[in-house]
Order: sequence, then structure tokens, then C-alpha cells
Amino acid sequence: MDKASTKLTTDEIKKLAKLANLKLTEAQIKKMAESVSSVLSYVSQLKSLNTTDTEETSQVTGQENVFRDDVVDAERMLSQAEALSNSKNNHNGYFMVKAIFEEV
Amino acid sequence: MNKNYHPIIGMEIHVELKTASKMFCGCKNDPFGAPKPNIYTCPVCLGLPGALPVPNRKAVEWCIILGLALNCDIPLFSKFDRKNYFYPDLPKGYQISQYDQPFAVGGYLNITSGKEKKRIGITRVHLEEDTGKLMHATVDGKKVSLIDFNRSGVPLVEIVTEPDLRSSEEARIFLKKLHQIIRYLEISDADMEKGTMRLEPNISVSEVSKSRAGELPPYKVEVKNINSFSFAKKAIDYEVNRHIAILETGSLPEQETRGWDEKKGITFSQRSKEEAQDYRYFPEPDIPPIRWQKSQINSFKSQIPELPDRKLTRFIKEYVLSEYDAVILTDEKAVAAYFEKAAISKTVPAKTITNWIINKKADIKKLSPEELVKLIQSKSQVSSMPDKELEEIISKIISSNPKAVADYRAGKETAMMFLLGQVMRETRGRADANTTRKILETKLK
Amino acid sequence: MITDKTIKEIHSGLKRRDYSCVEIIEETYKNIEKYDSEINSAITVLDKKSVLKKAKAIDAEHKVSDLLCGIPFVLKDAYVTRGIRTTCASNVLADYIPQYNATVYKKLNDLGAVLIGKMNQDAWGHGGSTENTDFAPTHNPWDLTRVAGGSSGGPAAALAGRMSVFAIGEDTGGSIRNPAAWCNITGLKVSYGRVSRYGSIAYASSFDTVGPMGKTAEDCAIILERIAGKDPYDATSSLNPVPTYTASLDKTLKGKKIALPKDLLGKGLDPEIKNAILEAAEKFNFLGVAVEEVSMPIFDYGLAVYYVIAPCETSSNLARYDGIRYGNDRSNFTEETMRRIMIGTYALSAGYYDAFYRKAQKARTLFIKAYQDILSKFDAILMPVNPTPPTVIGELIGDPLQNLLADFYTVTQNPVGVPSLAVPCGFTKNKLPIGMQLIGKMFTEEILLNIGHQYQLVTDWHKKKPEMIS
Repeated sequence: MDKASTKLTTDEIKKLAKLANLKLTEAQIKKMAESVSSVLSYVSQLKSLNTTDTEETSQVTGQENVFRDDVVDAERMLSQAEALSNSKNNHNGYFMVKAIFEEV
Repeated sequence: MNKNYHPIIGMEIHVELKTASKMFCGCKNDPFGAPKPNIYTCPVCLGLPGALPVPNRKAVEWCIILGLALNCDIPLFSKFDRKNYFYPDLPKGYQISQYDQPFAVGGYLNITSGKEKKRIGITRVHLEEDTGKLMHATVDGKKVSLIDFNRSGVPLVEIVTEPDLRSSEEARIFLKKLHQIIRYLEISDADMEKGTMRLEPNISVSEVSKSRAGELPPYKVEVKNINSFSFAKKAIDYEVNRHIAILETGSLPEQETRGWDEKKGITFSQRSKEEAQDYRYFPEPDIPPIRWQKSQINSFKSQIPELPDRKLTRFIKEYVLSEYDAVILTDEKAVAAYFEKAAISKTVPAKTITNWIINKKADIKKLSPEELVKLIQSKSQVSSMPDKELEEIISKIISSNPKAVADYRAGKETAMMFLLGQVMRETRGRADANTTRKILETKLK
Repeated sequence: MITDKTIKEIHSGLKRRDYSCVEIIEETYKNIEKYDSEINSAITVLDKKSVLKKAKAIDAEHKVSDLLCGIPFVLKDAYVTRGIRTTCASNVLADYIPQYNATVYKKLNDLGAVLIGKMNQDAWGHGGSTENTDFAPTHNPWDLTRVAGGSSGGPAAALAGRMSVFAIGEDTGGSIRNPAAWCNITGLKVSYGRVSRYGSIAYASSFDTVGPMGKTAEDCAIILERIAGKDPYDATSSLNPVPTYTASLDKTLKGKKIALPKDLLGKGLDPEIKNAILEAAEKFNFLGVAVEEVSMPIFDYGLAVYYVIAPCETSSNLARYDGIRYGNDRSNFTEETMRRIMIGTYALSAGYYDAFYRKAQKARTLFIKAYQDILSKFDAILMPVNPTPPTVIGELIGDPLQNLLADFYTVTQNPVGVPSLAVPCGFTKNKLPIGMQLIGKMFTEEILLNIGHQYQLVTDWHKKKPEMIS
């Protein structure tokens, strides 16, 4: 990871935007290529930090095995009307979106 | 099948656990029984801002018990990860799943295909959450997709096998056995039609002449939307033939995801490699990791009931059954338990009970095991009642009921019923009604 | 003004009937009407009539048993409030009416504290100046041409402007401490897990903390006692017992040890802030504290660690905003937010994960060790909150890299999880507030609050209020 590799092209930005589900205008893409690259170049200084034999830390809760019992929490459940209350498009109790053809 | 080609098949199986509540929240886990859409949701499974997941202990334990039942190792450390992708049925934009440290790894399942015994490797068993359900409809002339989140967040176990299966028949046998074990553990309905068990075979075909031993083909095709074991077999056969046809032309089948069309009996392309997802897995920061003590894992082991293989062997030995009978009796845990309850008293031979359950199709749903034993006893006494004794009783009844005999001879059918009843009373129900009737008819001719 | 007083003073006044709850609420609304058109601290002000109704009920019952009963407060608009619009300062949620309550709000509401507003911030916590907001920047009551800090700029400005008595902020990389220092109030970034995050709109889940903002360390202690603790709805909330923080406030500081990382007071630090920190160190000496110099060479990597992990987590946390179940679609994110999503997406993607995300998580372990090394020998570490006084509006928002550097002192505590108390400690010659922070071991808030309280007993920086608030 040298500094040259953190200079993103507009094509790479487009790919990232697709992955992030963001629709960017051509102008935004150009600007983003600059600013994302500058931040990535900055954080690339991590490369010079020696982390040999260092474990990763992904959370600092200090906790393990936190579970809930398998009981229905009816109090927290939402009615259908509540669940749908903020949706812009719904139909017969369903949330509604433009047709999706591809099955994942 | 062409001898120059070997199918190489692995399986990914998803199973919804039948816990009372969902995986990461306390919503009711009953998407199939819900009378309306979007009635079993809360801030967590609807992905509302600020909501946080808390894992369901029972689901975690069941996942581990399944892993143990499939002879897996249970790593002492495990964690949840986020699998990031966008789809309207995935409310958070990520699925909480397990990536590099699943609950169970490195197991196997032994199967018998024909006369051959085979060991199918289980790569891993991990726990995740199900998505909502999408339906396609036309509303006001527009094609739309409708989303129901009742299923969102239902605990889902994923079982991944090694590419050890070599035919569609082996795949079918493996799946049936896996299904049986899951049912024995009583952790899921594993109902293919309801979608609580879902199959995704990974199929490729290896050219014997070209590949070195143990080398996998440089591609594989995943088939989705299969909702029965026989469709799984058909889909695999279809794919294998398709791949061979492509390989024959000197090309390589494309690595892709295909769907199964059960009406046409064919698979169709869904997504090719170019669009392959980058899921950006990373450790789920909202859920502390999981660490087991060895004693806990031993305690999970002790919760595993007797599984089909062992039960089968025991039934053959303990009840002196044929393998054929024992296989049928142990197919479902409930039937096996019924048999044992009936057989335990030893008042009736196990073989007789087996016959009644398998051949005579005794209604084991209506009859308790004790009632079945009584029924068998009464019936078998009839057959042990000497014909001579029955004939003597019948003669006695005929001579002591002259009026009824006269009525019968005059054509009154009811008189026959009366005489039958008298015989039954005299024999205290031990006589067989049909036999008695036949003897009466002969004697009164 | 009643709102100049501390929570304890106001509570006593309410009990003695020097004034009613209605009068306090009237005063906050009066100040909102008077000042907030210029300060813009609030996104949503609750309907005055219904708030006064609640105040009247409290007055009628006159059961101000709890210290917070009848006390007005505001929330950063990152906390969901059932039936009350919650935006996180983003157009994505411009019209979102939550279906449930954040745990922290529920707790305060149950005690009789009176919510009056949902406050401005950097959208999703993405910023340190409350300029990255779709509801116009918040202006600093000490100098309206300058920013209030961020991301909890609205709550801090509202307290400085006496539009509320206390606030609940949210700190992911300085979001409570930075605006507290720039608005001359006291704010506590709690230990990770100390307060439930349930209902706190996530920025970076493993960094996010819910904490109090008030005029004094004592106020913060009173609030924290009531909002801390295990929440069954937050698996990361701590089981550690909640101490009575107020009981430790009066302890003497004699024998306490504070570390001063002098190597961090060099380049890039405004000389007036440096002087204020050194003066504070002297004050601690005076209070019987041994202040010793230490060095933290790893600190230089702090921003890099933060600006990899936080964007990674936020790229995932913000994936739920698809406009299907609530809110508006993703085109409504600001450029700054989109940039953070893009950076995080990049750092997690195939081929870059090891060099960025994994590397940063390893560096995080080294930071934990560095803090442990010092905190095993000291009760607290003293350092500045901000490298500069409040910036002029527009100065930072246009330059993502400069924007990032402004967080130098506050971004390393969150990856480590340790608590940090921001306390006013002086003014520049231009009468702009300066803050210091005291960083402690995990779950030693009572020590930090004790130190802060004792410092505030012998200083009066925290008592000063902006000239415009008369």
C-alpha cells in the first residue's frame, strides 16, 4: 500500500459508489476521487506502525457471551400500522418498492 | 452418465430454527403462521435507527448442538460478523452472520448409497438471521415488489458441506439424512415447502482425463430456489448434463448462480461472476464475542438425543428387527418413540408391533401405544381361539334362539345381527366378527 | 436566570418553591425565542403548550423527589423519541417520527425531567463543527461568526445560551468534548458500555458513547447516576455496578496523580490553549495532585486509526437508510457523509481490508496498551480538547483533511473505550472558551468527576456565560 495506490480513479469511485448504493453525479465523482484519495493517503501512514504479533481489537466491551432468553417480547413488537407508519409506499400491509426482478 | 466425467457436488443448506422468538429480538418467530404481513416486527428486525441486536441463547445452543450432531469441532471462541449488501428484504443493509469464526467446523456425515458407505465432510455450521420476504405483484397497473418483514430476523442455520458428493443420488441421500437429524434434534420443522429448509447445491463437473486426483474444476455453479429433495436431484442431473455438453465442446461452463424452474424442469442463469458481490464482512461491533468452556460444550453434547444411526443399530439388536423394518421405524423420531413405548412392556412381540405399525398401518395418531398393545392382544387371542370352541358356542346360540333363527330364515337380516351379538357376548368379544358370521351363515343354510 | 444555576440549586429552589417548574420552562422557551434564531441550536423545539402542561402537572403534584424532576433538558437529535421527529440532522430523516424511545430518553422521562428540544449536530455525528447539517450550522454563542463545535454542537450551544439546564450528547471521537470546550460547558465521554446505546442513532458502533453535558462536573455526575447501567436491549452495555458518582465529588485530590503528555503540546497546538493547560496543571498541583510529564508517541497515529475504523462502521450502519421503511433515499446524504461511507466501503472491500481495516484494528490494540501503561500509574491524563479555538464558520467544512486534524486530541479515547471529562479551563484573549480533558481508566468516571468538581470549586471559568446571554 504505497501512496500511489491510494489515488483512486473515477472508475474506482464509481465501483465503490455502486457497492455503497450511492448514486453520484459526474461532478461528485470527480470531487470524491480527490477527497477520498487525500484521506486514504493520510490514513496510509498506518503502514509505518509496527503491528507484528499484535492482535486486532474490534470492540472494547470487555464482555463475552451476552445473550437474551428465548421469550417473546410482545411489549416491544409494533402493530402493522406502526411498522408502516413512516413508509412512503405501502400496500395492503406490505412495504412497497418498484419491481425487483432479480432474485438473490 | 459419461464415464469420462465426474460430478463434483457440495451443498449449502439453510434451516430456520423454531425458537419462540427471533434471533436478535423478542419478536414472535412464526412467519408462516402469521395471519397478516408485518405484524411480527420491532425496531430491531425492522432495522429502525438506533436499534441493537441481542442474540437468542437458545438459537446459539441449537446451532452448536446441530454442529455436534454433525460431528463438528466447536471452537472455543466465536463471533458474529456483518455481511454487507443491499436488497429491499434486508432491512439493515447487512445480515448478521458468521464469517471466519463460525460456531462449528470440520464435521462429517456418513451415508450409505447403494452398498457403498461414504463420509461427507461438513465444512462448517453457522448461525445468521433470515431476511424478509419479497412478493411480486401489480398494483395500479405498475409492477411492484411487496415486502413482509415477519420473517426478518428469524434464526437461520447454514450448513456447508465439502464438495464430496459424486452423484445426484448421493446428494439426495445426504439431504434426507441431514433432514432426519435436524428433525430428531427438534430444532426445526425443516419443511421444504414452507421454506424452513432451503437447499443450494454447488455443482461442477471434472474431466477425468484432464484433472489430477483431488483437484477441483476451476468453476462451480450454484443453484437456488429448490424446494424438494427430488427437485434437488433433478436440478443436479440437469446441471451435470449441461456442463458435460459444454465441456464436450472444449469450453468451460461459466461460474454463476442459477435458478431452478420446477415447471420446466430446467435451471436458468441468475447472476454471473462479473457481478459477484463484495460482502465486506467485518466483526459485528454490537454483539460481544462468544467463548465456551469445555464443560459447556460437554453439556451441549449431553443434550443430543439418540440419533437415527445409533437408534437403528440398537433397534436391530435390542428388538431383533430386520434392517428394513428398523429403517422405517427410525425414520421419524416420533414413530420410533411410539414403537419403543409399545414394545417396552414385552407383552406382545416387537415383531408383531412392527408389523402393525408398518403393514397394518395402525393409526398411531389416534391410538396410544398402550391402546395399540391392547388391540393387538385382543386380536391375537381371536386367532388363538380354537375354531372348534367357536363352533360349539355358535351351535349353542343357534339352539337357544329358535325365534331369531326362524326370522333369519324368513329373510330378516336384523336377526343375523342379533345372533352375532349373542356370540360376541358369549365369547366376551374374543371372536372375530367375520369368521363368526361365515360360520353362522353356513350352519343356517 | 434560573438556568444559570446548577441542577442541585434548581432542585432546592423547586423544593422551597422559590420558583415553579413552569417558570423554569418559560425561561428556557424565552431564551430559545430570544437567541436561537441567531444560534440555531435546535432542530425541533417541542410544542410549548404540551411541555408547559407537563410542567404544570409537576408543580401541582409538587413531588420533586428526584433531582432531575422538573428540570428541562435537550437531546442531541441522534436519540429516537417516540412521536417526536428525529432527524440526526440529515434530510434522510427530515420527516422521521420514531416508533420507539431511546433508553436514555425513557430513563430521564420516567424521572420527570422535561424534554424541550432535539438539537442540531453534524449529520450522523460526521463532523466536529455542526456545519455538516441539513438544518444550517449552529453558531457559537461566544462569537456568532464561529462554530459551536461538534458533532453535539446544538446541545452545547443551547446550554451556553441557557436554553436548557442539561443535555444528552453522543461522543464517537470527541462529539461531546469538542463542543463542550468550545462553548464553555462541561461534558463527559463515558466509558464504552457505561450508558445504553439503545435508540442512539449509530455512527460508529464500537466507538459510540452516550453521555451527559451540563454546566458543571457535579451536574454530569447527577445525570450519569441516572442514565448509566445495563440495558437488556444493548448487548454491549456494561454489567459493572453504577457508583453513586455524587458521593465521590467531595473527596480530596491529595495523593492523586495526573499525567501530562508534554509531547502532545507542541506542533499545531494554539499557544493560548497550551498556556491554559499548563495553568490548569498548576492548579492541580495546588490542589495536592502530583502532575508528571509523560509521552505518548503513538498518538500521531490516532487520527489514522479513527478515520479508518469509524468510516468502516458508519458505511455499514448507514446502509439501513434506503428510504423503504422510513425516511428519504440515499441521495439525501451530505457530501461529507457520502465521503465517509465511500472511505469505509473502500477500507472493507476485498483487497484493502488487511491494509486498512485490519491494520487499524491492530493499531487500536497498541493504543489500548499505551493508555493502560500510563493509566496504571496515574489517575488521569490531562490534555487539551481542541488544538485551536472555535473556527470561523465555513473554515473547516470545505477541507476534509483540515476538518479531520481538528479532532487530534479527542479521537484516540473512543477506540480505547476510556472515559474523558471535558472541563472549561480558560479563555483566549478574544474571549473564546478553552477546554481541557481528563482521561481515566475504564469505568473510573467517579474519579474524573471528582477531579473536575474539585477543580471547579477553585476556578470560575465554568460560571462564565456568553455576553449575548444577558
